[in-house]
Amino acid sequence: MTVSVGGGAGFRLMLGERARRVRWWVRALMGEDAYDKYVLHHESCETDAAHPLMTEREFWRDQTDRQDKNPQGRCC
Amino acid sequence: MGAKSSMSKGISEEPQALQRAPHDLAVAVDPDELEAHDRKWTPMKIAIWAVISLLGGLSWVMLAVVRGETVNAIWFVFAAICTYLIGYRFYSKYIEKHLLKPDDRRATPAEYKADGKDFAATDRRVLFGHHFAAIAGAGPLVGPVLAAQMGFLPGTIWIIVGVVFAGAVQDYLVLYFSMRRGGRSLGQMARDELGVIGGTAALIATLVIMVIIVAILALVVTNALAESPWGVFSVGMTIPIALFMGCYLRFFRPGKITEISIIGFVLLLAAIIGGGAVAGTEWGTALFTLDKVTIAWGIIIYGFIAAILPVWLLLAPRDYLSTFMKVGTIGMLAVAIIIIRPEITAPAVSEFATNGAGPVVSGNLFPFLFVTIACGALSGFHALIASGTTPKLIQKERQTRFIGYGGMLMESFVAIMALVAALSIDRGLYFAMNSPAALTGGTIEGAVAFVNGLGMTGVNINTELLAQTAKDVGEATVVSRTGGAPTLAVGLAHIMQQLVGGPAMMSFWYHFAIMFEALFILTAVDAGTRVARFMMQDSLGNFFPKFKETSWRPGAWVATAIMVAAWGAVLIMGVTDPLGGINTLFPLFGIANQLLAAIALAVCMAIIAKRGLFKYLWVVALPLGFASVITIYASFLKIFSTVPGIGYFAQNRAFSAALADGKTSFGTAPSVEAMEAVVRNTMVQGLLSIVFVVLTIIVIITTIHATIRAYRKHSNATSEDAAVQSEIFAPAGFLLTPPEKIVQAQWDAVPVAKRPKKTGH
Repeated sequence: MTVSVGGGAGFRLMLGERARRVRWWVRALMGEDAYDKYVLHHESCETDAAHPLMTEREFWRDQTDRQDKNPQGRCC
Repeated sequence: MGAKSSMSKGISEEPQALQRAPHDLAVAVDPDELEAHDRKWTPMKIAIWAVISLLGGLSWVMLAVVRGETVNAIWFVFAAICTYLIGYRFYSKYIEKHLLKPDDRRATPAEYKADGKDFAATDRRVLFGHHFAAIAGAGPLVGPVLAAQMGFLPGTIWIIVGVVFAGAVQDYLVLYFSMRRGGRSLGQMARDELGVIGGTAALIATLVIMVIIVAILALVVTNALAESPWGVFSVGMTIPIALFMGCYLRFFRPGKITEISIIGFVLLLAAIIGGGAVAGTEWGTALFTLDKVTIAWGIIIYGFIAAILPVWLLLAPRDYLSTFMKVGTIGMLAVAIIIIRPEITAPAVSEFATNGAGPVVSGNLFPFLFVTIACGALSGFHALIASGTTPKLIQKERQTRFIGYGGMLMESFVAIMALVAALSIDRGLYFAMNSPAALTGGTIEGAVAFVNGLGMTGVNINTELLAQTAKDVGEATVVSRTGGAPTLAVGLAHIMQQLVGGPAMMSFWYHFAIMFEALFILTAVDAGTRVARFMMQDSLGNFFPKFKETSWRPGAWVATAIMVAAWGAVLIMGVTDPLGGINTLFPLFGIANQLLAAIALAVCMAIIAKRGLFKYLWVVALPLGFASVITIYASFLKIFSTVPGIGYFAQNRAFSAALADGKTSFGTAPSVEAMEAVVRNTMVQGLLSIVFVVLTIIVIITTIHATIRAYRKHSNATSEDAAVQSEIFAPAGFLLTPPEKIVQAQWDAVPVAKRPKKTGH
């Protein structure tokens, strides 16, 4: 009895872990983690007055503006 | 900092430090350990590969040798997956070991050029998804459908064997070489390796090919939406949906991409369901039933406006939607095929493979099968992606095999599924849908008479089946719905309704599939126009410097208008073609795509030759030789063949002669205007074929020249960026190998905050 309860809890934990990983993958696949990555990168650099940290809103605007200037093809 | 500069050893083969101070963390698995692991064949490993080989072999026997009345679709799936696994494990490893020799101790551009934006190390499993979504489009879905007229076996062999030896090799090599050059584009690499003449020819060819590809993709959508009020409404609704998503992300909740994609997806489903309701009303039918020419003009106007609007408003949200739909639908179809396992009744090899008289695309198996199925087996367009975004995001050098080679195997699998879906529908229905209206007359009776008149064994279609199918999928008719997309949609609907919803859901699944294809074709049209516009501005800038300023609006508009006019003209030519459109233009699409592949492979060959790796040159010479022979031969047939159905100029002469004789109708052209249109169209198509083949021959000759020169000089040169010491670790493939697990565990033991940090750009 205790074994099956323990197994159930372990299973639920595993499911939770799975769900967390799927969520991480979907988020990253859609490119939603781009700002987090940018902030991480910015923090790892020496502080630079010429490149202050962009706010989230500024970052996303900057991202699509860069795509405007540097278009990438999609495949057929 | 001294440490960094001392690590930069310039162009060298010298091993760099495996360990990094202060934690002594390895940034790569020791190459000797890696080698030892690869060479160690445990009984378990032997058993697994024996099972894979046996299952793969059995599947091929079932497909190619044991042919009963029908063959089960599951054998296609097993034959494909087992062959991919073997190709991935053995052939791509061989290329890695002898030809490319990636070194995880070297930093990738994502690491040494890191800017947190364009250059950003991305997890390999995520990048695999990104790369796959970028390379897979409508191509692998359409080509196999059209090639199904030759039977199931030729297409299956070419898709599976072709990807292992050609398509995946090209993607892997281009990705790797671009990564070693800081993410340089194919055009830049062509100029570096082939000189000004070869480089310029490659650039012009790329531009012309881009125009043709956009035009023919647009033609596929036009054919799918013509006379379909449901399709026009639901696909048309994607524009306001995308605009809404764009504004939501810009002004309301920036960065919430998954959230808005799910909202967008729900709205798309509502648009599909709503489309059925709208098409059922009188006003809906009156308003949204459009002919091909009107839709073509609609797409041309859309293409122009979409390409000059800011990315955030239309393109970016469309991209999110299409990534979402692409990954989701392809996964769903794979699951459905494995569960439903449809029986395929098509012959292994049909008479059209040898007599060249197929109504879907004309010409014999050799070479036309190999240009009809381009994407899925070998697609030159991928070289633009593999030398674009992906190399700037790769975390570690050894991951290029998983992303480049593995990503293309995945696309090949999509092509196999499209082939299965097209083959799973009734053979007579297939020909009724894919024969041009010029042959069927566009009526049910005409289609039945034409298809049954083809004299194929086991094919006997009746008017009831055609009428019932049209009713099931919610269309006015399914006769002569050429272009591949409607056939695939019927196939997908046929399979999916067995899994979800039954026959009542068939019309939903049909329009879901049409939406799915239209969505990423329209994205490709928008993005392709933008890329072509920039290339155009760059070229115009050599004569009028003002054009080089990409922010100069009038310049952008002029260049966009030129590019849209170019593909728009080909599109209009296709929809008004009295000979049918798709069947005459699709070979041009395949030839263009394969010629681009030949150019990409030529650049790779020049790089390998300059490195002095002549012993392994065959790895790239093999696909390059094959692609060159196929495309140049196909182009020559299109230019010089005296059979009017195949040669553009033969057709041109036949119609010109008929006009000169004062005839008022000839072949499938019912009027003098139609005959004049054929004369005009075939001339344009013939001239395009000449341009393609001449440019490619120039590129190939310059490559051979560069290769021979390198051989004579015993060259050992490289145009790679200088080596930089890497400071991060990541596994190479999807799963961790035992040696990787050991290194990963060492990294996991160190708190994140204490791990080595990059010193920035």
